[in-house]
Amino acid sequence: MTQTVLTEEAAADPGPSSPPLPRAALWRRLRHDKAAATGLVIIAVMVLVAVFAPVLTALEGQDPTTQHSELVDSAVGTPLGAHGGISGSHWLGVEPQTGRDLFARLVYGARISLGIAFGATAIQVLIGVSIGIAAGLGGRLVDSALGRLTDLSLAFPYVLFAIGLMAIVPDSIPRPLVLAVVIALVAWGGTARLARGQTLSLKTRDYVAAAKLSGAPPLRVARREILPGLVTPVLTYAALLVPSNMIAEAGLSFLGVGIRPPTPSWGQMLSQGTTWFRPDVLYVLVPGGALFVTLLAFTLLADGVRRILDPKNTEVAP
Amino acid sequence: MIGYVVRRLVGAVIVLLVLSAVVYGLFYAGPSNPALLACGKGCTPDHLAEVKSAMGLDKSLGDQYLSFLHGIFFGHDYSSGPSVRSCPAPCLGYSFETDQSVTSILTSALPVSASLALGALVLSLLLGVGSGLVTVLSGRRWLDRGLNAVVLLGYSTPVFLVALVLLIVFCSDLKWLPFPNYVPLTQNPGQWAQNLLLPWIALALIGSASYARMTRAQMLETLSEDHVRTARAYGLSERRVITGHVLRGALTPLVTMAAIDLAAIMTSAVLTESMFGLPGIGHALVDAVHGGDLPVIVGVTVAAGSLYILANALADILYAAIDPRVELA
Repeated sequence: MTQTVLTEEAAADPGPSSPPLPRAALWRRLRHDKAAATGLVIIAVMVLVAVFAPVLTALEGQDPTTQHSELVDSAVGTPLGAHGGISGSHWLGVEPQTGRDLFARLVYGARISLGIAFGATAIQVLIGVSIGIAAGLGGRLVDSALGRLTDLSLAFPYVLFAIGLMAIVPDSIPRPLVLAVVIALVAWGGTARLARGQTLSLKTRDYVAAAKLSGAPPLRVARREILPGLVTPVLTYAALLVPSNMIAEAGLSFLGVGIRPPTPSWGQMLSQGTTWFRPDVLYVLVPGGALFVTLLAFTLLADGVRRILDPKNTEVAP
Repeated sequence: MIGYVVRRLVGAVIVLLVLSAVVYGLFYAGPSNPALLACGKGCTPDHLAEVKSAMGLDKSLGDQYLSFLHGIFFGHDYSSGPSVRSCPAPCLGYSFETDQSVTSILTSALPVSASLALGALVLSLLLGVGSGLVTVLSGRRWLDRGLNAVVLLGYSTPVFLVALVLLIVFCSDLKWLPFPNYVPLTQNPGQWAQNLLLPWIALALIGSASYARMTRAQMLETLSEDHVRTARAYGLSERRVITGHVLRGALTPLVTMAAIDLAAIMTSAVLTESMFGLPGIGHALVDAVHGGDLPVIVGVTVAAGSLYILANALADILYAAIDPRVELA
């Protein structure tokens, strides 16, 4: 993977030859890019839904964990009423068997799914940027040791490792936290590589040399001179990390080693829905649709940012 | 060249050792309690002590790891009381749950994962490289935009969602195919392919996206290179320019990508295996995780990691061999 990752990143990286695009300009172009703007709006809506989940469920008058056994067929477990039991008091119907409110589970699931995706990304960026800057600014020995470590983390069947890790973590630690940390720990290599490359190119700039010559300690150079230059490329890369972390969470929960009921997450809801798709297809469509739309929104945004930052790109006029 | 191969392989072996030590340490010295897990439910303190000494868990962690490594290369004898059970190399221990040897679990799971990975890779390459080539060579803008849209869809769809839709449409609604139930290739090739068709399609729909994008980017880059302009200036027909000068340069990086992908699918198609009920490596791991079956978890992770790391090394060597531009520094 090493070479392909590099090429993919090189495509997204404006490189030292072109001056970095000011953030305000990036923002302006993003808003005028139809696909990226759509993605941005959808993400904003999903984040609002997640943040205001308690308000939304209060409006509906339901909560995500109360079981309504009177709303499901006691013999086969399917929800009573048409379309999975949709009604004025259960906007998206109820879960088969338990009768928990599907809308409430969806909006609370958004909290977990988005929370883990963003949380894992934040941890990845923290680890990756620290290691990347340290490798870029450190001596040859530090650089090569950290480089090997990064290679190891990139050349790793991390799905398997994450599954294994989930098995040995004690149940006393909150699952969402565990998931975010595990996902971040197995996939920070790309960020580290990007940050190292950027640091190496920034290091040769005059203002960094000047800061060093004036006797600024390395930590200060890292924070004041290098870090600001990393913000745009790392954020761009993070836009790709969020959806991939979201897929990871959904996958682990789908396999039954991630979020466990009664806590809802989209992947975990889907996993339960698969056994019910014939009698109650809505139970699959609701979490599946939410997941798909959100992932697509992130991909559109990330692709838009990549296009705008691509120096070879001629499609979007400034 | 030989020096490079040796260096790359030695590097891979070092990484492998680190990986196995990390995995072993994490699972045997982590918060899990191996002896209690092995002893099972209704374990008495006496029996627990016995299990501990039979598994060698009373020794230091370093000794345990060395004996784990020793087992892989030279086999291992387990003595519990008077009876001795010998486990020939490569020995990865025995499952707590089923008492099967981990090696036999792996050897029965590997062909399934390999079948899945090979077919999925061939299909991904056909779809991805094919659509990438058609898009670039036709030079049509709408095709390019269409390809980009499809690629983005591929990037943003989790594989289990695709698998689910395929199962619902083709097995449940249209009933064109029975629900997949793995049949070994050696038993019945026709049945084998039929049952793997949907898993292959599911993985290829997602996997071809990156091949398509890579093919497109590589083709565009190679087409703008000087040697292509020279070939054109010599008056070669466009067909000869493409087949003789562009394709080789453009598609070389894909070889590396495919080699690594093969290992990646073999070791990481957990969700696909679980959706389609394929008893492959990922399936074995998920079962082990649910049962707290440490020897299987460690064995599968180390084996899959080895496969992946070796594939990486081989891909790099392959790349160096076919691409004269790579510097072997």
